[in-house]
Amino acid sequence: MDIASYITIIISTVFINNFILSRFLGLCSFIGVSKNTGPAVSMGVAVTFVTTMASIISWLIYYFILVPYHLEYLRTISFILVIASFVQFTEIVIQKKAPSLYKIFGIYLPLITVNCAVFGVAVLNTDVFFLGGKALPGSFLKSAVQGFGAGLGYTLAMFIMAGIRERLEFSEVPHSLKDVPITFIIASLMSMAFLGFSGFKI
Amino acid sequence: MKLLGEFVKGLWRENPTFRIVLGLCPTLAVSTSVTNGIGMGVAATFVLVGSNIFVSLVRNIVPEKVRIPCFIVIIATFVTIADLFMKAYAPLLSRSLGMFVPLIVVNCIVLGRAEAFSSKEPPTKSILDALGMGLGFTWALILISAIREALGNGTILGINLSRNFEPPLFMILAPGALLTIGLLIGLLNYFTMKAKSKSRTF
Repeated sequence: MDIASYITIIISTVFINNFILSRFLGLCSFIGVSKNTGPAVSMGVAVTFVTTMASIISWLIYYFILVPYHLEYLRTISFILVIASFVQFTEIVIQKKAPSLYKIFGIYLPLITVNCAVFGVAVLNTDVFFLGGKALPGSFLKSAVQGFGAGLGYTLAMFIMAGIRERLEFSEVPHSLKDVPITFIIASLMSMAFLGFSGFKI
Repeated sequence: MKLLGEFVKGLWRENPTFRIVLGLCPTLAVSTSVTNGIGMGVAATFVLVGSNIFVSLVRNIVPEKVRIPCFIVIIATFVTIADLFMKAYAPLLSRSLGMFVPLIVVNCIVLGRAEAFSSKEPPTKSILDALGMGLGFTWALILISAIREALGNGTILGINLSRNFEPPLFMILAPGALLTIGLLIGLLNYFTMKAKSKSRTF
């Protein structure tokens, strides 16, 4: 139960194994929504909230329902259903309770349901923190922290990419590379920079 | 003739990877070797065809409001089948694809085709559409993984290409994937533009 191991998880999910740049999760929205910094950060915050909650909920389901009844093979179906309904539920609650917040984040929520980062972190948690059908000690908090870190890493990559793309508006890109291809090439350079973190030993 | 059109469009004109730019996470993550690429392509095609048939069959029964959760359950069922089948009959492949097999469920291509095509069209058309899209996805995956495996590992399908070639490891790692797909889309754009300007002048 030491703080250090949680900090390690956060640093490793944000920098070393960044969800977008080294695990390739959440790429579709990364290419689609990263045109301006404002929306990019809003999307990042929304994703962080959902990844954290999805990690918690999926851990509870896996630990209390799937493992005791030996239903691990239902992981895919149950996780995706729970995530989809959780996102829908959040959307309704925010719409009713905080309309101003809904204006900022509302349009991103439906996008998040099929965001691979959210489902990916839930699957990853069960892969990493459950060994042979048994939960490792502290796996609940670790899952939640990993979910939070994944969202944080997502936000960071989104923010950097949106910043670069805003500048790109004023530069002359070859015609055939405009928009999507150049975004991939920038992402490749960013990913190369993030590879530098992989030498980190913590 | 019209039915054939539904099949062919996925291969080139509406290729999911190069044209619509969907389903990127698995495309980039598993394209480190041609074997992985083929495995992923076949699994995704199976899920696409299976879920498209069922979505198309229930399209008039399912109410408008709950259609997305219904589609997701259908898709998740087929993903689970593919996952278990792969674990039983191709354990090596299943291990090297790892969490990206369950992640087919959030592959935007599958839900995208269910939503955009098979929820409106009869089963025969849906099957052809799914087959075309699946094969389009597969050949794109094979192309990308062939480039990456040849340059990054010096092999294709595990066969050595040249003895005195020192492969740059970077092509196998994350940046290589992003760079490959960026340049490929750019190249396709270039040829399309060239063809268009030619047909205009003559």
